[in-house]
Amino acid sequence: MFDRLSFPQPWLSWVLFLTWQILSDGVSGGSVVLGLILAWLIPQLTHGFWPERPGFVKPWRMPAYILRVLKDIVVASFSVAWLILSPRSPRPAFISYPLKLEHPLAISILASTISLTPGTVSADISDDNKTLLIHALDATSDQEVIDAIHNSYEKPLMEMFQ
Amino acid sequence: MITTALYLTIGMVTLATLLNVYRLIKGPDEPDRVLAIDTLYINAIALIILLGITLGTRMYLESALLIAVMGFVSTVAMAKYLKRGSVIE
Amino acid sequence: MSLFAEYAISALLLFGGGFTLVGAIGLARLPDFYTRLHGPTKATTVGVGAIMFSSVIYFSSVDQGIDFSEVLITVFLFMTAPVSANMLAKAAMHIGVETVKDTEGGPWHQ
Repeated sequence: MFDRLSFPQPWLSWVLFLTWQILSDGVSGGSVVLGLILAWLIPQLTHGFWPERPGFVKPWRMPAYILRVLKDIVVASFSVAWLILSPRSPRPAFISYPLKLEHPLAISILASTISLTPGTVSADISDDNKTLLIHALDATSDQEVIDAIHNSYEKPLMEMFQ
Repeated sequence: MITTALYLTIGMVTLATLLNVYRLIKGPDEPDRVLAIDTLYINAIALIILLGITLGTRMYLESALLIAVMGFVSTVAMAKYLKRGSVIE
Repeated sequence: MSLFAEYAISALLLFGGGFTLVGAIGLARLPDFYTRLHGPTKATTVGVGAIMFSSVIYFSSVDQGIDFSEVLITVFLFMTAPVSANMLAKAAMHIGVETVKDTEGGPWHQ
């Protein structure tokens, strides 16, 4: 009974509540009440779809990671823009990336980061969650791309989740 | 100065939209067309924001938000349809 | 409006418009589906993000107060772009879309 009244995913509830405050015109009594209802109702209804509670070990490292990724996205866009506009045709490659992360949420964050940064898009993941298929727009060598991703993104995520 | 930059930007985004339409018509495969539509809705959001700045009103932001949400859902639905042959299994 | 805000808004607008255009040129010009995927996911998302950011600065400098709707849209776009790219790549691999000739390696067949 008390389970029904609780917030099974506090993070999701916070995000929903804050999003509702941003969407409504200014914070008022009504928007707070409705936000609370939504923050309770939506996690309850979608509870069955979340296989396990995502567990951050060190959530305070997230802002630094996001800032770094944002910086990389802007820098990466320039290199992609240069590749698109230059007359020579790029050398695309499919690369199998061996994952060291195990947490599903960490893997999906890594995959999203890969898609947004330098000339790589994550295309698929193997059934055993051990390998990520990456498409690189312009790769000189597979190992170079793998090392770059491992050092700049996977390591910080490993520290955050393990 | 802002007005000049604004009109230049609207011109560039419109040109981008036309290029997307070219890809939408040319194809050659279904995923290319879905990708073109995906880019088109993002460009539409940009145009709506630019229109909002031009007219000095925030009214259009709600529609931009709706297009963002609906566009994403429809792209995912189309991708799922291409992969599985049905959207809801 | 201060001169600095004007410069910042104009620069961000042109930056955003330029990247949106580059993304579309990539979509129109690159040789196969998988390379075309790169233009919209990166360049267009960054371009629209910059335009949103200029809109935030514009409306807060003509003192209509700060509204976070633009930020919400930007965050949403940045979160969804990789997901739709991934879904489309999977669909393309399933259908067996051809890759350009000098691609190293190939897609999986699961």
